Amino acid sequence: MKKVYPKEEVCMACRLCEVHCLAAHSLSQDLIRAYKLESPRPRALVQVTEKGPVSLALPCRHCREPMCVYGCFAGALTRDEATGVVSLDPDKCVGCWTCLAVCPYGAIYRDPARGVAAKCDLCAGRPQPACVANCPNEALIFAESARG
Amino acid sequence: MKTFLPNKFIIERNHGRCIHCQVCVNQCSYEAHYLDPFSGEVKSRDRNCTNCHRCVAFCPTEALAIRCSPLDYVPNRNWTGEVIEDIIKQSESGAMVLTGMGNDKDHPIYWDKLLLNASQVTNPSIDPLREPMELRTTLGRKPDRLAYDKATGRLITKLAPQLTINTPIIFAAMSYGAISLTAHESLARAASIAGTLYNTGEGGLHKSLYKYGANTIVQVASGRFGVHPEYLDAAAAIEIKIGQGAKPGIGGHLPGEKVSAEVSVTRMIPMGTDALSPAPHHDIYSIEDLAQLIYALKEATNYTKPVIVKISAVHNAAAIASGMVRAGADMICLDGLRGSTGAAPKIIRDNVGIPIELALAAVDTRLRQEGIRNQTSIIASGGIRNSGDVIKAIALGADAVAIGTAALVALGCTVCQMCHTGKCPWGIATTNLALTKRINPDIGTQRLVNLLRGWSLEIEDMLGGMGINALESLRGNRLHLRGVGLTDTELEILGVKMAGA
Repeated sequence: MKKVYPKEEVCMACRLCEVHCLAAHSLSQDLIRAYKLESPRPRALVQVTEKGPVSLALPCRHCREPMCVYGCFAGALTRDEATGVVSLDPDKCVGCWTCLAVCPYGAIYRDPARGVAAKCDLCAGRPQPACVANCPNEALIFAESARG
Repeated sequence: MKTFLPNKFIIERNHGRCIHCQVCVNQCSYEAHYLDPFSGEVKSRDRNCTNCHRCVAFCPTEALAIRCSPLDYVPNRNWTGEVIEDIIKQSESGAMVLTGMGNDKDHPIYWDKLLLNASQVTNPSIDPLREPMELRTTLGRKPDRLAYDKATGRLITKLAPQLTINTPIIFAAMSYGAISLTAHESLARAASIAGTLYNTGEGGLHKSLYKYGANTIVQVASGRFGVHPEYLDAAAAIEIKIGQGAKPGIGGHLPGEKVSAEVSVTRMIPMGTDALSPAPHHDIYSIEDLAQLIYALKEATNYTKPVIVKISAVHNAAAIASGMVRAGADMICLDGLRGSTGAAPKIIRDNVGIPIELALAAVDTRLRQEGIRNQTSIIASGGIRNSGDVIKAIALGADAVAIGTAALVALGCTVCQMCHTGKCPWGIATTNLALTKRINPDIGTQRLVNLLRGWSLEIEDMLGGMGINALESLRGNRLHLRGVGLTDTELEILGVKMAGA
């Protein structure tokens, strides 16, 4: 399956992936409205990790053995066997944060405004995830493997 | 000491559009933007801004604009703001005023006073979309005459090593250290894809770039940084750098802060130490001494590689060039008044040297008069801005041109002239690893290849318009140029007629 892979060597931690992810998961689909008018403000589902010159954005790996799905007693996290996509149903999520604790990549986040977990959904319906489409340095690729 | 320097630029933030996402904050290496922790708002410090446009280019909501400060001094042609502020800087620092990039003064740009010819009625122009055009250029020493074996038709004359490039544009010498490794890799890969050459400058050749050796000119300069047998063997040609257009007569100085671990290994100097290139080569005090170094390098590489000698364009360039050719230079590189630098004293950058157009014309004329023009190829550099400048340089007598600033602009440079700070927000003139990552060599390579392709297409179009289908037919063909707004003396030195004549 196609996933979002980071290229650490060219990620410059500008965090435009986060900005565009937030807008892509907003009601208005508009950067300025999403940030300024929507309440609660949507949450970015990708996050740049940075230490000195090392930085990368690592969204959900959509693992074949998804620890988050195994750990979710509310049944909010599921893996689609056909597509391989791991999805989160916020209506079922109870905010116990078990998924955050078990995710080996730290790729699931808290959405404090809604009290539920938040994770990458690969921007279903778009030709490319918003983070990949808007990365100015091609540090994120949407591909079958990390080598593209 | 309280500074008397006013802010140069004003950052205008459209608060209706700013979403306080902090992209400007993380992109500005001069800390001109910051997050106010009390209000949660992103604000600006105008004083730190260098007008490099990094924040403007990356702001996702187009909320930023920068303009020059309207604050002006009392109008005075003599005591301009620049003059006053340089004095303020020096009275506060007690040092030379340093700067980056090329001469920004109002010296005449002769390219803009030269106009090209085109065919009308009496000679047909050529359509490059339908007919083949030849931009291929062969650089190197050409023999005085050719001898063939009459029986077999084979060439008997032993030719000096030649370099063939697909377009008459090469990348100028820019060292690793002055510019980043990612910028260097972009130049190397673009040169190899486009079939042209790039130049290491004085910084040595990083191990990862040896594979582009066939498209590499390695430089031997007065500091001899990074020069060793493998370095010479890796290259397509060797350049002895005597001078640089931006700072004729003085050496180089790479500040210790830029000498990172990788730079130190490549330059073969201790980490964190200043890399000081002496003003002269201490083994070259005459043309005879130059010949010794040229032949030492030829001997070291078994006479397989052409040797280039680069000088800055100075008053006696023509006579010096003649000596260089007689000393054995297979190519000479002339770097004009507007040539750029990673760091130079401003007073030297702005006042020393002569325009490349005049130096090129004078050198070409002199070598022709002496009957030795065939013994060398001339590379013109220093302020070549577009394909029009390239083709005019060829018509004036250059075999090829070298572009430095134009190539860096393709990589993102906005000519803000702050290279000497080592904080280049575009990841070019810096060795800070967090900043050098900003150039993705895949993208950088593509941008450079695109630039060369665009210029080459334009050159073909202009050539076709002149009714010429091979660049070789234009080389030194000054009848295709006419001057406007020039004095008789200028026209005479340029060797071109006045428009209308």
